Amino acid sequence: MALSKDEVLAGLAELVNDETGIATASVQLEKSFAEDLDIDSISMMTIVVNAEDKFGVKIPDDEVKNLITVDDAVSFITNAQA
Amino acid sequence: MGQPELKQYEAVKFSRIYSLGAARGDLVVTNDDVAGPIDSSDEWIRQRTGIVTRRRASKDVSLMDMAVEAAQQAISRAKIDPAEIGAVLFSTISHPFQTPSAAALLAEKVGANPAPAYDVSAACAGYCYGIAQADALVRSGMAKYVLVIGAEKLSDFIDPTDRSISFLLGDGAGAAIVGPSDKPGISPTVWGTDGSNWDAVSMTSSLLELRDGTAAWPTLRQEGQTVFRWAVWQMAKVAKEALEVAGVKAEDLSALVTHQANIRIIDEMAKQLAVPDSVVVARDIVNTGNTSAASVPLAMDALLLEGKIKSGGLALQIGFGAGLAFAAQVVVIP
Repeated sequence: MALSKDEVLAGLAELVNDETGIATASVQLEKSFAEDLDIDSISMMTIVVNAEDKFGVKIPDDEVKNLITVDDAVSFITNAQA
Repeated sequence: MGQPELKQYEAVKFSRIYSLGAARGDLVVTNDDVAGPIDSSDEWIRQRTGIVTRRRASKDVSLMDMAVEAAQQAISRAKIDPAEIGAVLFSTISHPFQTPSAAALLAEKVGANPAPAYDVSAACAGYCYGIAQADALVRSGMAKYVLVIGAEKLSDFIDPTDRSISFLLGDGAGAAIVGPSDKPGISPTVWGTDGSNWDAVSMTSSLLELRDGTAAWPTLRQEGQTVFRWAVWQMAKVAKEALEVAGVKAEDLSALVTHQANIRIIDEMAKQLAVPDSVVVARDIVNTGNTSAASVPLAMDALLLEGKIKSGGLALQIGFGAGLAFAAQVVVIP
């Protein structure tokens, strides 16, 4: 059963928190991973790999650079589940 | 009359690493020294890579100078006659001649002439490739002792303005003597390549482009995120397989000695392998930087010198890098 966008956001926020310690409440759709949340490329890749596991989706390396905002990632994962 | 039956090499049952040798570049290069051209800072580099200083060689110190120093130390520690060395395997990506090999000159310089000698191009996996081949040469009976060397002068192949890899790199040489043993000392090696990611770590251009004036001096570059993902999650699988084929568990190890690529790769891999606190995780990158083929033997040698590990314990060593190439084996610490 595919998760809703809100559920993906909540799950992703937990992964961000695990990797970086950033409060889950700060992980909001309009936030940019690099600029607003100060997440570097290595942490981003760790979050991506953990998200693949958690949501059962594939996020190719080429796609990772397109995931600028939290919304980009949530939308990609939501669509990839379908 | 029938033809005589051929003779073949008579196999030896086991092999082990007798000794290590190490040489680091003579210069201590700080983060402040490299931060300017990449618009970075000491803090940023430490946070991203774990590196505090990297060792680099002066202009007048060659790849061969470091290789000879490390090799002679390994030979002397092994207490063997260099004339008994039956093969010299030189792993490097920074030997500045297409031919002849670095290995042939090293064999001559350390007194191993006329041993067969050849270079191994497996980048950061090179030393572990060398140990795999040395193990096979010794156990097959082809060579009594094998000199394995991983040596790099990467500072000849860096671009100070490159933010992908140059600022990580250091210079050095690590050597090992492999020979026959009464007991198993080198596990089967889990090794391979993934040429579908051939350009994930590579040179910026070929020598032909340099000749034709269409490219500048080739330097190293990498696709950091792709390499990080592969280095941690794919290599953790390889490391687990190496433990399995060796018949040991993570808690049986004294040390985890990974290629010293980036402290975050090392830490994440240790996490993936769930190594207990009793296992010493090599973090030579902090003071040496990433020395490609030299990094595994340099890191193990440093742990021995610091007294953090003891001869006779087990170490899982794993190299991975351009190719993409990888090799992992469990060894008895010399």
